[in-house]
Amino acid sequence: MIYLRHVLTHLKKDLRLEWRSRDSINGMLFFSLLVVVVFSLAFDPTGNPAMTRQITGGILWIALLFASVTALNQSWTREVRNAVLEAQRMAPAPPSALFVGKAVANLLFVTLVEVVLAPLFVIFYNLHVLGNAWLLLAVLPLGTWALVVNGTFFAALGLRTKNRELMLPLLLFPISVPALLAMVNATTGILTGELDPIQVNLWIRLLAGYDILFTTVCLLLFGTILNAE
Amino acid sequence: MDPMPSSAPTRSSGMTVIAALWAAATLVVLVIGFREAIFLVPTEATMGNLQRIFYYHVGHALWAMVFPYINCIASLAYLYWRRRDPLKALAADAWALAAAEVSILYVSIGLITGMMWARPIWGIWWTWDARLTTFLLLWLLYVSYLITRKFSSTGQGHTLAAVISVFAAIDVPITYMSISWWRTQHPSPVLRGDGQLDASFYPAFWWNLAGWGMWGLFLLGLRYGLERRRQRAEQEAALEAIEASLELTQ
Repeated sequence: MIYLRHVLTHLKKDLRLEWRSRDSINGMLFFSLLVVVVFSLAFDPTGNPAMTRQITGGILWIALLFASVTALNQSWTREVRNAVLEAQRMAPAPPSALFVGKAVANLLFVTLVEVVLAPLFVIFYNLHVLGNAWLLLAVLPLGTWALVVNGTFFAALGLRTKNRELMLPLLLFPISVPALLAMVNATTGILTGELDPIQVNLWIRLLAGYDILFTTVCLLLFGTILNAE
Repeated sequence: MDPMPSSAPTRSSGMTVIAALWAAATLVVLVIGFREAIFLVPTEATMGNLQRIFYYHVGHALWAMVFPYINCIASLAYLYWRRRDPLKALAADAWALAAAEVSILYVSIGLITGMMWARPIWGIWWTWDARLTTFLLLWLLYVSYLITRKFSSTGQGHTLAAVISVFAAIDVPITYMSISWWRTQHPSPVLRGDGQLDASFYPAFWWNLAGWGMWGLFLLGLRYGLERRRQRAEQEAALEAIEASLELTQ
């Protein structure tokens, strides 16, 4: 219970910080909007609805991946100013509570971006979902968590390296390969209606397994990287 | 030149003799392997002489899946000893670095020889099949690993790299599984199962496998020795700096 309270305190602090500046949400929203517009110029999605359904899943996740990278770096640079991170390290709260609080905050931010982005896809890409659209309610949060949990971890890992902005994508993209594969395949399968529910279910289970595994590893190793000297 | 204490040079020269003998043995095995693969073993029925690249491809690709394990074990040992026994931790870190670099070398050779074979046989250089993708991912992960080491200062770089190694060890099997559900084009395993190798090809296969394995271990040992030397030189420099500062204060 005490652990949960620590997590909540960290979460509230991150949400308040974001509420006051609104830096990362605005940045992410505009960035992903631009990605959507640029891709729609490149592929002309309104002309060919069948092709649109094929590529929309990939574009959605690429937009989210790139957008979250911009926000994740900021979420830790905030802590570096005024040596807040050193204070966090000396605090009696467990280091993983800091990590969970920040990861959940980032999850909320990226989910907000998804909520705004989904109608835009329907408008700009003239999208009609052929499969079970409600399955997206399972794929989107699981996929977002997969990106955010590893992203928060690697952003913290790259924090004290040179070229910190560059380190996050270098580490996050290769590690996320299986998750990306599952998200894009599940999303495309649902949008086109070509994948039967059993196969979609398989991808969702893979994604859930990936989430559980990497969340555990991140929690176990976060103390190590926070105190790496 | 040698900055080590008095007992060390004898041990070091003993290691040099062993290393030289090992290198000579490796060379002999590789020469036998080359002769078997290129001249002695019969030509494969459908692929012709092109199939002979297989002995080099599998010889590297198989070992490229062994060195990452050494890296992972050494990284875990580093994380375990980091606070408990810093000297052992440094040795583990040197093993991890050596294994990572040899991994990249072997994975690269495996990828390149694989592409050279795939172009005439499959008609394409590359396909997103389970083993190919996993191999490419292995390459990407270890390049990230080395970049992290390069971009961070020595002390924390070791820890951060060890953490990445743990992540890589979890990531690679998941990728393999997830893509083999998706699609697989790579030939079946050659030692058992459908794609089993005919016994007449065995000499070339085993000699090359042994030869490239010995070569990899030689490189691993060499790189380890080099890294240990660098660590020792760094310690000496740090010690000298401390001594100099002590003299100044007197």
